[in-house]
This record gives sequence, C-alpha cells and structure tokens, in this order.
Amino acid sequence: MSLLKSREALLGGAILVLLVLIASRFPGFVAPDNLVRVFTDTSPLLILALGQTVVILTRCIDLSVAANLALTGMVCAMLNAALPGLPVAVILVVAVALGAVMGMVNGLLVWTLSIPSIVVTLGTMTIYRGIIFLISNGAWVNAHEMSDAFTGFPRASILGLPVLAWFGILAAVGMMVMISRTPLGRAFYAVGGNPHAAVYTGISVGKTQFWAFTLSGALAGLCGYLWVARYAVAYVDIAGGFELEVVAACVIGGISIAGGAGTILGTILGALFLGIVKNALPVVDVSPFWQMAISGTAIIVAVTLNNRNSKGKGRIILRRAQDQASEGATV
Amino acid sequence: MSDASLTPRSIPDRLHSPAARLLASWELLLLVVAVAIFIANTLASPYFLNAWNLSDATFNFTEKAMIAFAMALLIIAGEIDLSVAAIIALASTAMGAAASVGVGTPGLVAIGLATGLTCGAFNGVLVTRMGLPSIVVTIGTMSLFRGISFIVLGDGAYRDYPSDFAYFGQGYVFWVISFEFVLFALLAGIYYVLLHRTNFGRTVYAIGNNHTAAQFSGIRVARVKFILFLLTGLMSGVAAICLTSRLGSTRPSIGTGWELEVVTMVVLGGVSILGGAGSIPGVVIAAFVMGLVTFGLGLLNVPGIVMSIFIGLMLIGVIALPRLWKMWRA
Repeated sequence: MSLLKSREALLGGAILVLLVLIASRFPGFVAPDNLVRVFTDTSPLLILALGQTVVILTRCIDLSVAANLALTGMVCAMLNAALPGLPVAVILVVAVALGAVMGMVNGLLVWTLSIPSIVVTLGTMTIYRGIIFLISNGAWVNAHEMSDAFTGFPRASILGLPVLAWFGILAAVGMMVMISRTPLGRAFYAVGGNPHAAVYTGISVGKTQFWAFTLSGALAGLCGYLWVARYAVAYVDIAGGFELEVVAACVIGGISIAGGAGTILGTILGALFLGIVKNALPVVDVSPFWQMAISGTAIIVAVTLNNRNSKGKGRIILRRAQDQASEGATV
Repeated sequence: MSDASLTPRSIPDRLHSPAARLLASWELLLLVVAVAIFIANTLASPYFLNAWNLSDATFNFTEKAMIAFAMALLIIAGEIDLSVAAIIALASTAMGAAASVGVGTPGLVAIGLATGLTCGAFNGVLVTRMGLPSIVVTIGTMSLFRGISFIVLGDGAYRDYPSDFAYFGQGYVFWVISFEFVLFALLAGIYYVLLHRTNFGRTVYAIGNNHTAAQFSGIRVARVKFILFLLTGLMSGVAAICLTSRLGSTRPSIGTGWELEVVTMVVLGGVSILGGAGSIPGVVIAAFVMGLVTFGLGLLNVPGIVMSIFIGLMLIGVIALPRLWKMWRA
C-alpha cells in the first residue's frame, strides 16, 4: 500500500502510461534501440539532476550547473584543439577536476561566509558564463578542430550502449550507493532534515553543503566534456537555461525544495519523464515549442501532488502518536 | 569583564544615533559605490558625461527596476517570483496578438496589465492557497508562461503595433527625461511610501521576520502575500508594456534571463534573500549602480557578457565583504 502511494510509484506509473499512450499510435518509439537513444539523450540531464539532488537535499540550490558545464566544455574543447594528441582520459580528469573546483567555490562561499546559496550560485552562474567569453573571445570551437577520439568517445558503444548512457547509469548507481550506504550520504539528509539536530549529532552543516556543491560541480564538469564532445561544438551559450530544467527534474522527482526529503530513484524518474516528453513531442507531431509549457505544467502538478502526499503523512503520524499517547494514559 | 558595565546607568538611551546608523547603512555604502563608478566612468570615457548618453543609460535599468520594487517587497516577505521575465513574454505576446487584430493603444495597455495581474494571481493562488514553496511554483510557471508564448508565436514575431504605442518606451516627457524614467521615479516613490510609510509595509516586514508570529498577531499573511504576487505580476505587465514599446516587436524569447537580473538588483540593494530586511532606496541605488556599470563598460567597448562578470562579482562581493570584515574583526 505504501509502495503504491509513494511518489516514485506514482511517477513511474505516469511514465508507463505516457509510454503506452505514445506506443499505441507510434510503436516505433518504444523499440529498444529508440529507448536507448532517448535514455542517451537524457543522460546529461540525469547526471546533472543527480548532483542537484544532493545540493537540494541540504537545503541549498545550485543555479550555476549549466554555466559550469559550458565553461568546462569550452576548456576541454580548447584543450583538445590545442593538443589533439591528449588522451581522452586526461581530458575527463581535467573536466571532473575543473567542475569540482567550480563547485568548491560555491561551496566555500556558502560554508565559510554563510551566504545564501541562491545568491552565491546566481553570481557564479554569470561569472562562469563570462569567463567562457574571456577565454574564447566569443569564438566557437567547431567539429573540425576536435580530434576524432575526443568526439567519438561519448558515442562509442560498449555492450550495445553508448558511453554517454553508461555514464548516466554509473552516476545513478554510484549516487544511490553513496546516499544510502555512506556517512556522507546520510549527512546530506540529516543536514536538510534538521540542521540544528545535525549539529548536535556532530555533523558540520557547512562542510556537508560544501561537499554537496563539490559533487554537483564535479558532475557538471563531467557533463561539460560529454556535452561538447557529443554535439561536437563549444560556444558561450551552450546549455543556456539548462539549470532550471535540472531543478525541474528534481522537483518532478519529488525532491523537496525545503531539503531533507526525496530519493535518487525519484530524481532518475523525474529526469526520464522530462527526457521522454522532450523526445516524444516530435514523434507525435506536436511542435517542439510545446515542450516548455508541458514541463512547466509537470512541475506545478508534481509539486502539488508531493505537497498533498506529505500533508497526508503528517496527519497519520500525529494520529498514531495521539493513539499511543491515549493508550499510554489508560494503561 | 566587570559587572559595572551592565548597570542600568551605563546603558545608553539610544543604541546608535540616526547619523551613525546612516553612516553604517547599506544604502550609503551603495551610494559611495555608485558615485565611485560615476567618477570612474567620467574619467574613463569622454562620452560618458553627456545628457543624452546618460538618458540612454537609464533604459538599461528602468524596466527591470520597476519589477525590482515589487520583487523587493515579495522577497522581504520571504517569498520569491522567478516567473517575472516569463510574465513579460506572455504579456507582450498577448499585446502583440491584440495589436495584430487592430486593438488600439489603450486596449493594449489594458491587456498588458491584465495579463500581468492574471499571471500574478495564478502564482499567488498556488503559493498562498495550496501552500506550495514559491521558488518551485515560479520555476514551474516560468516555463509555463513563456511556454505559452512559444506555442503562440513559435519562431515568429509580432511587429504591427500602433505608432502611438511607441511613446511608452521611446517617448520623452521633457528634454532628455524619458517617459520610462519618469514612471520609474514615480513608482519608486509609490513603493517607498507603501513599504516604509503604511501599515501594509509594516506587515510585509513582520511576515518576513516571523511568519508564525505575524499570523498570531492578526496579520492576514496569506492575503498580504497574495497581494504581493499580484503587484509583482502587475509590475511585470508594466515592464512588458515599456519593453515591447521600446523594441517595437515581440518574440517569445523577449526578456530572457531578466528574472535573475531583477533578483540581483534587489539583493544588491540590500534586501535580505532570507526575508525581513531591506529598503526601497537601496533598490533604487542598486538600479543606478547596475545601470552605470553596464553603460560605462559599454562605452569602453566591453562586451555585455563581460559586464555580467562584474555584476556577478558585485553581487557576491557586496554580500561577502561585510561578512569577511565581521569575521576579521571577531
């Protein structure tokens, strides 16, 4: 019963209904290789949303992820254009490290100066975007300047899945393990659920938030390389406004913006939902201009439903506690 | 520490004199920054100190500042509206659609304002009636409102506005004083009175400082918040009229990213993003600071994206520096 009522089951059901509806008219959409294509296309959103989830769990928000992605992507592309012989592994390390450093900048400002995260990341978002212009002079790095190894890596197939999709799966599994099996993972929930209580149990709120931002930044950096290599182009405005889609995926997945509530599975489903909608629109012959309004509606519906759920739960807990109290009084 | 310092006699009647408070105030600090930028600009470019150039510079911030006034009240009350730029897009689209079937200027203004109010009411109902967090609701409506514009317009544009509609964004009241600047000054006055001289303004602070206490002291919290969302929507409608009139065309991407610039302006103006503190004069000065920086750097041929670095650094810097100073002294 509780499984049926959970957000994840509800969202999973919604995704299935969506797929069945599309398949009833366009069976080609649910063919395995098309589903792989949809998942691959959704992977960057998924990876970023996983990082964002951790940040939101700790009562923060990271609006700089898309700018971080674009800056890392530009650095990787310029590195590749300057040194075509550089192995992809080195570029991957650079991407993750650079992304993590940018995340750390956010984290340090939130931690040491306790500036609200929305202000910090609003600022770093514009700063990171500006830096892309400074290092590139507004020029594009195009496909012919990139080496084949650089652009081929995300598309290379391992066991029938592109590397990009594998990164999405790896990030999801890694994050699930991290959040449920490590002290840091539990600390994210503790800090978001009740910061004061977290302090009394020996968890540093600021430091936990710092690690959340670092994680989010590292994943954004990873996506930076993958994004630029996949589309084989890097310029100032790539992934513009993507940060809000990332937050949307989390919200649809049931991550509470008030912190401390939500699951990785929810985020995965939220990202998949947006990805399926985005990929299905051209198939069902609806203008892609509808996508924005649909994802907006999905956010509002999701947050309304989540709110209903949590209200119901609160009441039940109270009633039980009341029952127990009255039982205790009579015994 | 001797206990003598705690005797009643040593407690001053007033903790700080008004003059001392003014000297330590955020607004004064901002004003110093604004003047410094003004002087730096004057020295850096010979074209800066020119009445017409300065008048042009005001267009960089007047429309955003109109929204920022209402947003300041909303943020002081502990809520936020990220959908303002999307409301501009929707209101502009509605006006464009009306203009293309021959509606006159008064009708267009009414449609722009009504669209803004409707969007604000929609946000307000979701936040106050359903009890949803405003940041999530308005991220959602931001996609929804702009999404509707995209559905209506696609990659097209509305251009056929009546010629007298151009007055709002391109007209001058007197010499170099533009209509937009007059409206900006007027609205600054109205919002100053509303926030600092009325009961309503006091309730806004009360709600932002302690939501529950405000509720228990008899303030209709939900109603006040609803009105603030309405005001923010209305001001977005006003900004949409000015911007559409100035550009003379509507595309669904109109005003993209403005929500963040408006929030930056409000926060730079000393409004606490956590609610409960801030002032309209601060926002007014912040508007000038942002306008002067953008315009001055523009005269020096600095590209817009590099200016945004300065805005970002300023946003973090002005909040970080006082905190660093406090940490250093502690």
